[in-house]
Order: sequence, then structure tokens, then C-alpha cells
Amino acid sequence: MNRNLAIVPAHNEVEAIGTTIASLQRLAPDFDVLVIDDGSSDATAMRAREAGAEVIRLPFNLGIGGAMQSGYIYAQERGYEVAVQVDGDGQHDPRHIHDLLNLLQGDPGLNMVTGSRFLDPDADGYRSSATRRIGIRLFARVVSLITRQRVTDPTSGFRMTDRSGIELFARDYPPDYPEVEAILLMHVHRLRSRETPVVMAPRMTGESTISSTQSVYYMVKVLLALFVALFRRRPTKAEAAASPALESTT
Amino acid sequence: MIAAATQIFGVASQRIEVVVMALFICLMIFELVRRKHLMERYAILWLLAGVTVLVLALWQGLLTTLSHAAGIFYPPATLFAVAFLFVLIMLVNFSVVVSRLADQNKVLAQRVALLQQRLEQQDEDEPSHTP
Repeated sequence: MNRNLAIVPAHNEVEAIGTTIASLQRLAPDFDVLVIDDGSSDATAMRAREAGAEVIRLPFNLGIGGAMQSGYIYAQERGYEVAVQVDGDGQHDPRHIHDLLNLLQGDPGLNMVTGSRFLDPDADGYRSSATRRIGIRLFARVVSLITRQRVTDPTSGFRMTDRSGIELFARDYPPDYPEVEAILLMHVHRLRSRETPVVMAPRMTGESTISSTQSVYYMVKVLLALFVALFRRRPTKAEAAASPALESTT
Repeated sequence: MIAAATQIFGVASQRIEVVVMALFICLMIFELVRRKHLMERYAILWLLAGVTVLVLALWQGLLTTLSHAAGIFYPPATLFAVAFLFVLIMLVNFSVVVSRLADQNKVLAQRVALLQQRLEQQDEDEPSHTP
């Protein structure tokens, strides 16, 4: 068993899941692969198992937040030291995993590394649609302001956490549209995160979890969550250091 | 006093109708609890509402007295305001309950999925234990 885990959330990704797992095994062999089948109605789980991944099959669709948290609980229970989130649809290139890992392990004070599409302005690759970029920029502005550090791609799901990040997310992870809130959650618990440039591909198959009609709801919901989070009590450094050692999840 | 009560509930026969309605509400809630379609903790507030209507119907002039004490000169307005507030509180309460249930549901789904994965892994490791 490796000490590192790649968590792959997948909902009806039967076309892409095999390829994603294969390239993970080839390009990041020091990572175990765990697929979270979030209530798929197709053969995603079967295909993933055939490809050699561990599979957790949720009894019904929980959404990306609940699915990812299942992966973090698994990582927490099995004692993994590092967890990286890789989308099942092929958007995240496993080639970048070792960039993230080197950065995370190179700085002992660092707890999370996020792959950002916007950090390197000269690189090309997939950067979402124009309307979504406006939203992403707004979130980036707000999150940067709150955490007092530069965040360029707050909606990126391509992120790697260390043990304290795993323990925090196993205990508390935002239920829907979790990426932006998770950055704030790290900040609130005095865990440090930073970004590194990555290039993303457009998704191979399937549909985005957020349709255009849902985007407005998405924006409002995340902004509300960020606003409310500002009024939650921030644990002191000592409490934050002690709290991630959890017994059970609530 | 009697005039005020008549103003609220109309003539005596209408007062009887209100009493019957209040009793019916209480009985309905009671029956739901008896059949275990409604838990006691959610029945209490509804019973309280039924009893309030009953008391207001029986105790002539109470509503007028309360209204004037609160500075409201049209007693039925008090009734509407209180009823609206009650429904509002109930709905917010239900939203809280639904949120809690949704969260507990999520945790259950996660636990079941993780346990299932563990079981399947054990079966793979020790195939002799499978029937």
C-alpha cells in the first residue's frame, strides 16, 4: 500500500474512467487510486474495478462535496499521508501530480496545493467558458481578500492535501460546490495552502456538475457560504493543531 | 365585551363552529400521533395551536383584551398576525429539521459505502469465507 491516495470522484463517467485510472497508474505509480462512484446509473464502478482501482459506491448521488468527503474519510481511516483529488472525466492531467507533490513536500509548513489554470498567463489549455471565468475571477477576488494571499483559481478541484488537510476534510467538508469554501475552511483552521500552475484539458465526456441555469444559484450559494464563514469562530493555533485528530465524523 | 366577541366570531353559532374546528384540529393531531404518523415532538406545537384557537373561542373578550393591550384596535388583525408568525416559525423549524436530516442522510450514505467497500475487500482477501 502506498502512502499517497488519488481520489477520483465519478458520476456516470463510464467512457472516461478507464483512461483516467490507466494514466494515473502510469504517471503516478506511487499513488493508490480510489474511485468514488457517486450514485452512477452506468457501469462506472465496474469499469473502475476492472481497471484496478479501489471503488466506493455511494448508494445514491450525494454531489461532489459528499463524494469527495467519502474519499477523505477513507484516506483518514487507512492512514494515508497525502491525498490528491483528480476528476474522473480527464480534465486533470496526472502528469502534474508530482509537481503538486514536490511542492507540498518541499515546504513542511504547507498543507494544501491547488493546481491553477490561471497562474501562468502564457500557458494555454482549457480555462472554462468566458462567463464562468467572470465568476471565477469574482471568487478569486473575494477569497484572496479574506485569506490575504493571492488565489487565482478557487474553483479548481485539482488539489493535494497533507495529513492535516485529510483529517480536516474527513471531519468537515462543504456539501455542495465545495472547492471555494474548502480554501476558506483551510484558512479558518490555520492550515496553509498555495497554488501551482497546471494545464487542464476540456472534459472528455459527460456533463459538468454545474449547468448554465445553475450557475446563478452556484454564485449566490458560494458567496453566502463565504459570507457566513466569516462569522464562524476561528480556532486558535493550539486548538487548530489539536482538533484534526478526530475519532469519528459528524 | 360580548359585543366585541360577536364582532370577532360573529353570532353564537359561528363561535360554536370555531370551537368544533379547534377540537377537530386537536383530535386530528392526536389521531396522527396515535397511529405513529406524527412524532410527539412535532405534534406539541400543533396541539398548542389548536388549544389556542379553542381558548380564544371559549373565552369571550380575551382576544379583544389582548389586542387593546397590544395597541391593536381591530382584534382579528391580532389573530392574523399571531397565526402568520406561528406558521413562519413552524416553516423555519422544518427547514432546520430538513437540513439536519439531509446531513445525517449524507453521513449514513458515506458510512454504508465505506463499510461495503471494506466487506468486499475482505471477501477478496479471504475467498474461503464466502459461501
